[in-house]
Formats: sequence, C-alpha cells, structure tokens
Amino acid sequence: MFRTIENNHATVSITIEGNPYVVPADISVAAAVLLSGFKKVRNTPVTNSPRLPFCMMGVCFDCLMKIDSAPNQQACQIIVKKGMKIELQDGASELSDYL
Amino acid sequence: MDYDFIVIGGGLVGSSIAYGLSQQKYKIAVVDGGDRSFRASRGNFGLIWVQGKGWNYAPYAQWCLKAANLWPEFNKQLSDESGIDTSYQRTGGMHFCINEDEWTTRQKMLKNVEQHTNGDFKYQMLEHAELKKRIPQISKAVIGGSYSEQDGHVNPLNLLQALHQGMMNGHVSYLPNQKVKNIVSKNGAFYVESANKTISAEKIVLCAGLENQRLGEMLEMNIPVVVDRGQVMITERLKPFLNLPTLLVRQTAEGTIQIGDSHEDAGLDDGTSPEVLKKIAQRAVLMFPFLSQVRLVRAWGALRIMTPDHNPIYQQSEKYAGAYAVTCHSGVTLTAVHAGPISRWIAGKLDDPLLKHFSTERFNVQDN
Repeated sequence: MFRTIENNHATVSITIEGNPYVVPADISVAAAVLLSGFKKVRNTPVTNSPRLPFCMMGVCFDCLMKIDSAPNQQACQIIVKKGMKIELQDGASELSDYL
Repeated sequence: MDYDFIVIGGGLVGSSIAYGLSQQKYKIAVVDGGDRSFRASRGNFGLIWVQGKGWNYAPYAQWCLKAANLWPEFNKQLSDESGIDTSYQRTGGMHFCINEDEWTTRQKMLKNVEQHTNGDFKYQMLEHAELKKRIPQISKAVIGGSYSEQDGHVNPLNLLQALHQGMMNGHVSYLPNQKVKNIVSKNGAFYVESANKTISAEKIVLCAGLENQRLGEMLEMNIPVVVDRGQVMITERLKPFLNLPTLLVRQTAEGTIQIGDSHEDAGLDDGTSPEVLKKIAQRAVLMFPFLSQVRLVRAWGALRIMTPDHNPIYQQSEKYAGAYAVTCHSGVTLTAVHAGPISRWIAGKLDDPLLKHFSTERFNVQDN
C-alpha cells in the first residue's frame, strides 16, 4: 500500500518481528513498518484491537512499538538505525521490560 | 413550581444525591458548571478508602466504613441501572511506611479508627517480609505497611458517567454551563437564577464543591470551604502487577499507574509544579524502583474540597426549610451513602443519628 516517492535513498537493514528488512535510512520506524507492509503495529491493552500509526506526528500514541527492547515507544518519533530491532507491541508492557 | 428538587453541582456528590432522589421518583434538576469549572470529580484518585479516615473524629470513621460497606450493593445496582462498568473492586488497600515514625503514627491512627468503629474496622500492620509476599516488587526501603480488607477502588470517571446515565434514566433534567448568580426563597419555593434562566423547586441541595461557600451565603448558611491541591502522574499502561490500591500508587483496571498523594495550598491554581511532581516521583520510585524506567504520559493537578476539620458537612438550613448543603472531600468513598441514606434524609424520609455530628454547629465554638 505504501511506497517511496524516490528510489535513490541510502538504506539501512533492520529487523521487524525477527525478519530482516531494508528501508530508507532517514525515515521513522512507523514509516518503515508501514512501508514493509505490516497490517498492525500493536494490539491495544484493554480491548486487544489492532492498530496502525495514525497521526505520524507524535500526538495520537497509536504507533506504540517495542524498539530495541524498550516497550511502548512512539514509532513515528524515532528514526530507523542500522540493526534496529523492532517488535509489535502486544497490549500493555510487561513489568520484565523494565527490570 | 418547576421541580421537587434542584441539586446544584453535577460532580460525584451532586450526581449521587440526584441519582438517589431520582430513584425515589422525584422531579429533579441538576444545575452544573462548565468546562472551566474546578472539577474534583474528574481529577481524583478513585479510592474507596476506610483506613485512617476519621482517626480523630469517630462519626467520620463510622460514616466512611458505612459507605464502604454499602458500596458492593450500590455498585451492582448502579451498573445494572446504567449499563456502565465502574471497575469497582473491593480488593483491600495498602499504605506503605518507610521508617519507624511513619509505622508508629500509622498504627496509632488505625487503632483509633478501630476503637471509633467498635472494632468493625479491620486492619493489619504488615512487616516488610509479609508485605513482600503480597507485593513482590516492593523495595527494601518500605519497612512495612497497613492493610485493610475494607478498602477498594473504582474508575472515578466511569462512576461519574454511570451516575449521569442513572440520572438520565430517572428523567433528571441536567442543566450544564450554568453559573448560579442568585438563590431566592419566596413563598415556599427556591428560585435559582443563572445568566439565562430562573428555575424553581420546593427543595434545594448545594453540592457545588468549592462554590458551596458562595452559594451558602445566598441562603444565610455558613459553609466553610478549604482548598487543598493534589497532583497526579499517569504512566503508560502496564500488565497488571499491583492488585490492590495504595495511597500513593494504584494501577487501574486498564493498566495505567496513577501516582500521587500531594497536599498543598495553591489557592485556586489547579495546575502542576515540578517541585511537587519530583517529590511524588521520588517517593514512588523509592517504593517501586522499576517505576524509574516507566514512561509518564500525563500529569495534572486538582483541587480537593476540604472543610476546616476535614470532616464532611451535611447541613440543613435553619432559616429556610428545604435547603441543604453537602460538602466533603471523599466524594468517591461517600458516593454510596450519598445515593442512599443522604438522598433519603434530604427527602425527609430518614434520619441518621450520625448526621448531627456533621452539621456546621461544630465550627461555631467560640475561642476564649
């Protein structure tokens, strides 16, 4: 559904849910996940309903993901980095994520 | 006359009383403020709390325990009536102590409450090891704490919504965005005047929080009100780890952690301040070290409505029969007695021997 307008970007390799992806180097994690064709970035804590990024500007908190082991990160506010490990946020974060 | 009752104030106190009156089939109007009003009912912590309440005033200890004991049945009825889940749980509640002084003070307070309630108030003082068994994340800095099985918590916003839904089902006229300009008693009726309308009723109940002092003067009632700001911090949602509320930290049914127990005199400023938030956060992290890594998503201030002695006021006007005032801090805990006994008292159907202890008479003692 999403594609890049230009194709001469520098790229980086990241993993999403354990699988390798190559994405433009200067985009947000949220954009990278959308570009990679994912249908959700998280399930909500209360009703377990799937979510994708919505506002892309740090306001709506719908793009929360687990990024390099840190839970509930706003994926639209973080630029991808080489080797970044991105995981779906499955509901509320675990206590063990902070210990 | 337009109504049987006009209730001024649509927060938890006014709503619970109007809801209780509507169950008795009266014709009621609730006159509420607007978005700019001070809203203790939207800013509070959601505790249904007995332990410690009324440690220096036996009637209040008994009253809070009565409210907490009425809560399970009240909640069931309200949930059935409104179709809204308030997330009420009588989990028991905990308070942590970090030094011997706090422990001794706590023990004395709760002993008093136990005596004031003739042993009906149940509590335990738990040392660190026993506490840790129940709440494994607690740090060594907590030397112990107090536990009462009679405490619990609720989602206060859902509670307010449920009460409003209950009022609607009971055909209460809800009139928001009204600033009351004057109240007049004439020919056995009360006339409530706001900018764009005047309504009348046979009886009137002042439940307007911080506004009660101003409104009381219109009916020659002296309702002393003291402001006490509390600040609260809200974290991102976490999987359940804390299955019962504490005075400082509670985890909501949705997973959010609320942190806050500050008291300060900030006048009518309901904002937040970094100094106070820092102190609250430091104490919370001292008790639960992992919280230092958890993200905060919101913070707010809200103004508690206190009386000079912190005990509630239930006052019937001596001069104007049919005028009542209710002013209290614990609007959540006391919701069950307000919807129940207090609404029947206001309807003239019930007298509770405790109520005479909550009249404003107690403030009229002369210093000498």
